[in-house]
Amino acid sequence: MFALRAAAAPVQRQCFRAAPRASVTLSLQSRLYSSQGRVAQFNGQKDAQGDYTVSLIEGDGIGPEIAVAVKDIFAAAKTPIKWEPINVDPILKDGKTAIPDAAIESIRRNKIALKGPLATPIGKGHVSLNLTLRRTFNLFANLRPCRSVAGYKTPYDNVDTVLIRENTEGEYSGIEHVVVDGVVQSIKLITREASERVLRFAFQQARAIGRKKVRVVHKATIMKMSDGLFLTVAQEVAKEFPDIEFDAELLDNTCLKMTTDPVPYNDKVLVMPNLYGDILSDMCAGLIGGLGLTPSGNIGDECSIFEAVHGSAPDIAGKGLANPTALLLSSMMMLRHMELNTYADRIEDAAFATLAEGKALTGDLGGKASTSDFASAIINKL
Amino acid sequence: MLSRNSARATQRLLKVATQQRLNVTRGFASVSDGPSQTVQSDIFKPTKYGGKYTVTLIPGDGIGAEVAESVKTVFKADNVPITWEQVEASGLDDATPVARREEKFQEAVSSLRRNKLGLKGILHTPIERSGHASFNVALRQELDIYASISLIKNIPGLKTRHENIDLCIIRENTEGEYSGLEHQSVPGVVESLKIITRAKSERIAKFAFSFALANNRKKVTCIHKANIMKLADGLFRGTFNRLAKDYPQLECNDMIVDNASMQCVSRPQQFDVMVMPNLYGGILSNIAAALVGGPGVVPGCNMGRDVAVFEPGCRHVGLDIKGKDQANPTALLLSGTMLLRHLGLDDHANRISNAVYDVIAQGQIRTPDMGGQATNQEFTRAILASMEKSF
Repeated sequence: MFALRAAAAPVQRQCFRAAPRASVTLSLQSRLYSSQGRVAQFNGQKDAQGDYTVSLIEGDGIGPEIAVAVKDIFAAAKTPIKWEPINVDPILKDGKTAIPDAAIESIRRNKIALKGPLATPIGKGHVSLNLTLRRTFNLFANLRPCRSVAGYKTPYDNVDTVLIRENTEGEYSGIEHVVVDGVVQSIKLITREASERVLRFAFQQARAIGRKKVRVVHKATIMKMSDGLFLTVAQEVAKEFPDIEFDAELLDNTCLKMTTDPVPYNDKVLVMPNLYGDILSDMCAGLIGGLGLTPSGNIGDECSIFEAVHGSAPDIAGKGLANPTALLLSSMMMLRHMELNTYADRIEDAAFATLAEGKALTGDLGGKASTSDFASAIINKL
Repeated sequence: MLSRNSARATQRLLKVATQQRLNVTRGFASVSDGPSQTVQSDIFKPTKYGGKYTVTLIPGDGIGAEVAESVKTVFKADNVPITWEQVEASGLDDATPVARREEKFQEAVSSLRRNKLGLKGILHTPIERSGHASFNVALRQELDIYASISLIKNIPGLKTRHENIDLCIIRENTEGEYSGLEHQSVPGVVESLKIITRAKSERIAKFAFSFALANNRKKVTCIHKANIMKLADGLFRGTFNRLAKDYPQLECNDMIVDNASMQCVSRPQQFDVMVMPNLYGGILSNIAAALVGGPGVVPGCNMGRDVAVFEPGCRHVGLDIKGKDQANPTALLLSGTMLLRHLGLDDHANRISNAVYDVIAQGQIRTPDMGGQATNQEFTRAILASMEKSF
């Protein structure tokens, strides 16, 4: 099976690139991944002026304000990016939550999007929009780095973790049923296919960001088959990456050690199934001061969406008080994904320097600056 | 049926916890000379022969043997009226042949069933698919030890990153993700079942509320992921919220597990009693234990319908430091003092726990996990010396 896969891979991949993806569903397509080719490589095209177009979902609440800050900073840094604002207000299609066709078209065309916070509409029958986006574009990996911000003191210093979470299955498969009244089964689904994909992405990401170690976090002592499968696949994939050190750690140990001292994790990329990743990535955000300071990227084969994962903060919306750091850092991840690293480095240095200096901090970080003050402070440093 | 049992169990706990509250959960060094109310002979009936209680001792794997030894030494020095019935159950492959291992495990189960009381270290669980299922889980399921309690509180003198933490994690122990029901539908596709039932959710929620009341705690937080697992965790949360109405004197709220773990590392002071399904309990007890000094200092107990097993609140085998005499016996010692209070042996419990806190607070003799260089034996000797002084 494996030899066959390796032989078939290059051809397979070419077909893959060329074939227009008419329908992207959650179903388990028999995709094959070559060990050579990059998983989830960015395939966007420059336009006549040499610019990439990025779909921009400004989001709700404070979303538009922080999006303006990011756009201003990008313009000042002369990044070769054009924005295409899109509206993702959910519609019901055949009784299911869906996003408007125009939005899907735009993201599919540009292959990349930046997204502000969305408020999930309250009311029955609506799946969260984040989940809908993930499913529509099959964004299988969630990339969540957390890095201490010099200007914001927490009990933990020098945190620099990178966490990758499987995004499509596991405990969030959404397969649940009531067996009899008062007894519910919820199914955690682990497939070789999806595990292999996210694990390969993790190893490639480790290479891309210059980390030498990949660690799988699991609970295979208890879930011997499901987490066991994830672990087995990891061991297989690890063989393709002899330059990267691979090991595995029990979820309990990771929680304990990370909370005791996160610094030993600074040279590793952690990869894990859905639920563990969800919990641990938010915990890491807690180590450095919350979701307002952490970027997030949802990576798929066809396209990738980078987003701020914090809430839409309707209470301060429109007042110019919001902190755009999370969205800005997400856009840095986006630039790196597009291999525009020099721009990303420049803006990121300016942003971290501004935060470290502490003169133009927004209210959530204990400062008095407005969103635009913060943005112009960064622009001045560029 | 279930609810009657849980009412009984919580009643029992209420008595026990009143004492624990005074001595363990809040005032670490306080001495209580109140009457002993912790023995509920009508319900619990711990075995007592010739004025001595018989308690099952399962040292467990890893550091278990070492820390159990120091518990025995300390208890003996204080003339605690307990006879240990030691069962060397093990989950390690090399320790005992497979058939013998199963036999030992059954021996542990029947010993616990007989004595109704146990002190237990942690048993190793292999990762291999061919390996046996977790004995720790099997034991809890077999004896229906449904509630696990971890007490997370800063120990005076032991400096960590966070201060003023005083929380308690109550975890459902018998279902959820640890149901052990898994199958491979086709090669490469595995389903693992998480089971949540109303009866067990009710039982654990009631337990948590009674525990909070007995311990004079103000707030109970239900931890869940009902936004994603709408049915399973929805049932858990719904049951909690429904029952919360019966306890107007308690502040009740719920929180999504990812947010809870983020809050735990940034503002843990906001939590009081937390109640949750099995897996989240494992995650949060580890995060919370790390906040106050690690698994070596967190005591805990497991309450069932008939059996109470006291074991460290953050379950780590410690294979890496096995046999190096570096283990910290504090967690098992404090779990042991909880057991003593459970039996109404408060004087013994206070002497022992005061000595442990004394030695830690003085700070010269600490095991490596608490930032010292002392061995387990040196630490144990220091406790004995401190106990002697108090006489």
